[in-house]
Amino acid sequence: RSEKMAFTLYSLIQAAILCVNAVAVLHEERFLSKIGWGVDQSVGGFGDEPGIKVQLMNLVRSVRTVMRVPLIAVNSVCIVLLLLFG
Amino acid sequence: MDYTADQSGFRQQPTMRLRNYSAEGPDASQLFEDTSGVGSASQSGLRNQQAGPQSSGFAGQSLLSEPMSNLAMAYGSSLASQGREMVDKNLDRFIPISKLKYYFAVDTVYVGRKLGLLVFPYMHENWEVSYQQDTPVAPRFDVNAPDLYIPAMGFITYVLVAGLALGTQNRFSPELLGVQASSALVWLIMEVLAVLLSLYLVTVNTDLTTIDLLAFSGYKYVGMIVGVVAGLLFGRPGYYLSLLWCCAAIFVFMIRTLRLKLLSEAVAEGKLVRGARNQLRMYLTMSIAAAQPVFMYWLTYHLIR
Repeated sequence: RSEKMAFTLYSLIQAAILCVNAVAVLHEERFLSKIGWGVDQSVGGFGDEPGIKVQLMNLVRSVRTVMRVPLIAVNSVCIVLLLLFG
Repeated sequence: MDYTADQSGFRQQPTMRLRNYSAEGPDASQLFEDTSGVGSASQSGLRNQQAGPQSSGFAGQSLLSEPMSNLAMAYGSSLASQGREMVDKNLDRFIPISKLKYYFAVDTVYVGRKLGLLVFPYMHENWEVSYQQDTPVAPRFDVNAPDLYIPAMGFITYVLVAGLALGTQNRFSPELLGVQASSALVWLIMEVLAVLLSLYLVTVNTDLTTIDLLAFSGYKYVGMIVGVVAGLLFGRPGYYLSLLWCCAAIFVFMIRTLRLKLLSEAVAEGKLVRGARNQLRMYLTMSIAAAQPVFMYWLTYHLIR
């Protein structure tokens, strides 16, 4: 029973790295524009409040921009550690 | 400063040291009042015995009177303080450490009232937190202000009570304490991140900080502890009854607290035209409040057999 709930901080870090990687591989022109989530489609009304979809698109774009370089480093470290220690 | 013998020798030095450290700045004495007035007589008695031989050792050292080592010590201490300033300034950008002290400025009256509110929030009328300019409201001045003392103590008590409950079923081993603690911490972090994400998506302009959300998410530990203790004392019916009561109480508490913070802008503007936005915020408040009983049950049901 308690093994099912044995969430450790390590598994949280693993899940976070996987999620950020998943967001980072969404390509801007090949994929997001095709499904209507590109940055050129996020220009909404000025005085109006951005809806949830626009906020999500902005979030995806900013995560991709910010985390591109740190993800390279973090992924390399993970790969080396997993190769060495399994 | 510490070595000037102004009054009668060693007996005054430890208390002078204590008073020097406690009177750092004006806000320090406002937030944390020195309640050790009665107990300081016995405390200073103890510290006298400990500090006595140390002070005599320091006074006797001739190493500190040499000029070269004085210079080296002065330089080293200035370097250390510069380094510490830099670390503090950089760390303060990510984790607002200077604001953390406001959340621990509690006193017994506040803790008693807040615990009563957490278990029985139905009679309380005014849920508004009094406004203060830059700094968070210290909880000792307002019973509605969030604090971090109760969540921190509640978390630790929850881990201990979980160990106790597992022990009564002969399922205990010391590493299970660590497992319980880390899994509860992970759920807490995930809940705070989920609430932050949903607040960002719904573009709520609120003055709720991350630490406030952490405090609100930590209040459910009180209900969980009550439930588990009742389950230990009275068996499964006691557990279910007290958990039901605490879940309802936390639900009402969260709704009444969050309604003022999340919906206050809409309520203050009086814009009822934008029904969709208000409705979305109401749904958000209700889902945050409804997540608390779910977590309370999820984190405690395996402790009661």
